[in-house]
Amino acid sequence: MSTQSVHVEREPLVRMVKRDGISNQKAWLIRGISLGSALVVCALLIFMLTKLNPLKVYSSMFEGALGTPRRTWVTLRDTMMLLCISIGLAPAFKMRFWNIGAEGQVLIGGVATAACMIYLGGKVPTPVLFLVMVLASTLSGAVWGLVPAIFKAKWNTNETLFTLMMNYVAIQITSYCVALWENPFGSNSVGIIHPNTEWGWFPKIFGQQYLLNVIIVMGLTVAMYVYLKYTKHGYEISVVGESENTARYAGISVRKVILRTMAISSGICGLAGFIAVSGASHTISVNTADGRGFTAIIVAWLSKFNAVVMVLFSFLLVFLDKGAVEIASKYGLNEYASEIIEGIILFFILGSEFFINYRLIFRHAGKKDKKEVA
Amino acid sequence: MEKASAIQLRAITKTFGSVVANRDVNLDIRYGEILSLLGENGSGKTTLMNMIAGIYYPDSGQIFVNGEEVAIRSPKDALNLKIGMIHQHFKLVDVFTAAENVALGLDEKGKFDIRTVAQKVREICQKYGFDIDPDQKVYNMTVSQKQTLEIIKVLYRGADILILDEPTAVLTLVEAGKLFRVLRNMRADGKAIVIITHKLNEVLDISDRVSILRHGEYIGTVETRDATELSLTEMMVGKKVSLNIDRPRAEKIEKKLSVEHLTVTDRNGIKLLDDVNFEAFGGEILGIAGISGCGQKQLLEAIAGLQLADEGSSIMFFPEDGGEKQLLGKTPRQIREFGVALSFVPEDRLGMGLVGSMGMAENMMLKDYDRGHSFFTERKRPRQLAEQIKAELEVVTPGIQTPVRRLSGGNVQKVLVGREIAAHPTVLMTAYAVRGLDINTSYTIYHLLNEQKMKGVAVIFVGEDLDVLLELSDRILVLCGGKITGIVDGRSATKEQVGMMMTGQNPVLGGNA
Repeated sequence: MSTQSVHVEREPLVRMVKRDGISNQKAWLIRGISLGSALVVCALLIFMLTKLNPLKVYSSMFEGALGTPRRTWVTLRDTMMLLCISIGLAPAFKMRFWNIGAEGQVLIGGVATAACMIYLGGKVPTPVLFLVMVLASTLSGAVWGLVPAIFKAKWNTNETLFTLMMNYVAIQITSYCVALWENPFGSNSVGIIHPNTEWGWFPKIFGQQYLLNVIIVMGLTVAMYVYLKYTKHGYEISVVGESENTARYAGISVRKVILRTMAISSGICGLAGFIAVSGASHTISVNTADGRGFTAIIVAWLSKFNAVVMVLFSFLLVFLDKGAVEIASKYGLNEYASEIIEGIILFFILGSEFFINYRLIFRHAGKKDKKEVA
Repeated sequence: MEKASAIQLRAITKTFGSVVANRDVNLDIRYGEILSLLGENGSGKTTLMNMIAGIYYPDSGQIFVNGEEVAIRSPKDALNLKIGMIHQHFKLVDVFTAAENVALGLDEKGKFDIRTVAQKVREICQKYGFDIDPDQKVYNMTVSQKQTLEIIKVLYRGADILILDEPTAVLTLVEAGKLFRVLRNMRADGKAIVIITHKLNEVLDISDRVSILRHGEYIGTVETRDATELSLTEMMVGKKVSLNIDRPRAEKIEKKLSVEHLTVTDRNGIKLLDDVNFEAFGGEILGIAGISGCGQKQLLEAIAGLQLADEGSSIMFFPEDGGEKQLLGKTPRQIREFGVALSFVPEDRLGMGLVGSMGMAENMMLKDYDRGHSFFTERKRPRQLAEQIKAELEVVTPGIQTPVRRLSGGNVQKVLVGREIAAHPTVLMTAYAVRGLDINTSYTIYHLLNEQKMKGVAVIFVGEDLDVLLELSDRILVLCGGKITGIVDGRSATKEQVGMMMTGQNPVLGGNA
């Protein structure tokens, strides 16, 4: 430790200082700049690795996601799917209840929907069928989320592990149902349900197949935003999330709030399963959720559980994904190349939060290194 | 003869955003001397010391160590300059032993050997009279031992200049005395010591000189032997003050609460409260004294509906219009719906009384957000209340939407007390209401409590400072190990008497209670 002779005479080159607050305008400017820099870095990387013109690659990405009306609608459909699950996660996460089980909740909601389509399709009037599908998917999803919530509320079990494990139960049940409903026999898949009669399919609105998906999910988004921000329930969720002791002090029944919030959270995830089956794929398989239950966790965190910001991030992730697939096939790159681009862009977006919260101060250019001792 | 200068600060300025934490501060720290740094909450004491410890970097100004100008860019730089700081919140690894914690982050050359570290720790302990076993795990240590370990950590790293940030805030009187002995030993050894504290008696007791900050500005330095509590307070506050707490007599004394046979048993069968009986009256402040952890928390929480009690316990509330209501077994919400206006300022302000991430406005409705039948929360009323409390209690905050977590300790407490009083309570309970607060804010709180008392509110004041309890309370209830040792008249009781009762002896009744 005899380093006494080490004299530190210079101000550090860069120091970070926490910001007191930042105007919205400036914050968005910083986000914009980081997105721009991400694109520049990606462009350099693309050029160095593949010698392709980065601008062309970017325009192909754009083409892939929004190039044709058909593609735009598919991108929208997938955005809505991801958004719906993220919206479902929002209340649970805001309560600091780490619901990692969206994947399972979506699947089980999808299975319930498929069951309704298969067993009731053509036997009951369409409005009744839809009502049953909505109820069945929401309730089954809610049950999937309530089981870990009850255990948490009663015995304080760890919800992260519990919800995660419920996913595997859901996958097994889905596999069983797929085998049960196999069509045609031996295909090991359910195939498109009612391909000719389209019983239980989302109706076209203004000739658009996926418009109903957009309407439902956007409605949910606005409702969730208001629910979390302006209602007494939303207030309770915030308090419970911050501190259970404070909640008890305020006279909030923590158990009730946990159960109610998880029922809502997983119910919406179950509803996402309904949209996936009835509104998009018209079939059910173990891949119906396709990892979106996990991607939605990223969306929820990036948007800090703000339902409106989730729209942006859901779109961004789906856009990147679609674009990546396109450039992978068009330029014969494998999918890792596109994943690198996705990774870089996400990295920069997350990094921008640092610059929004902190300010960097550089050493004064004019300051002398050493001054005479007073 | 003047002692050798250790650190000189010249015109140090530090801002956080628009808030100026320190403006043009000068300070001299000398070897072989204990310097007290005094100031109200938020006057910039900790910020100033953090700049010496390398945690913050000043915006402008110069720091001289041993006469040479330096730039302290990190805690490591500070340690290289032999400066060590002991923070208010300990930075220890619970599952490590004392020696392992000391060894953590050392980058000595050669083979690492925990036994040499332990040996050196023993030597330091011997030299200054510390009482620490190097092989003891931190989770087995008392608060005082943890603090000692923090001091050993910086001494081990060769620090000659020690800064202690409110070291006695978490200590009992006996422990504080022990710490002061150690500090005097270190002073005799020629070390430079800076101590930040709110407690004026400690300042007068331990330090050689006192430097005072007010609103981030340097006010001056006085020799301790020339100072009195009053003169220091006036420098700190910047105006004439009176250090007497009023104790007016209320006209109407009415029974509000009657606690009978209150017993609380924890999971391990230990009685946290044991057959507690007392009455609380409107128009009176009932002080509750006791060594911390003697059941104060359980007592208040049982009344507030947050703590289950054993069978046979009873907490009766007597409303204005006659009759009586049993509070035990009710939740806080049921008590509220019962029409009982019970206000409670808990010990853990941000962990129980307030929601740290919310602003003042949202915190205002914490206890009555469910008013009315609307599905939505009210927006206007909490905002108005927040603005009103901000103005009346002079809460320093950038705005009523700023998360209360970002406010200083005194302001957090003002928000909490303000809200609880605004609820027009019949019974007002406070736990350690002035802990960590500066003298000015403390007196604001005493004044508010007296005001409530004169309005006919039954005030229950759990305190730790016996002088304050004796000056403020009409009656003092003394707890020891969950039992009541006795209830004495606040006007006639002496400090010695209450102090003895706190250890379980009742001098009035004679023998052990």
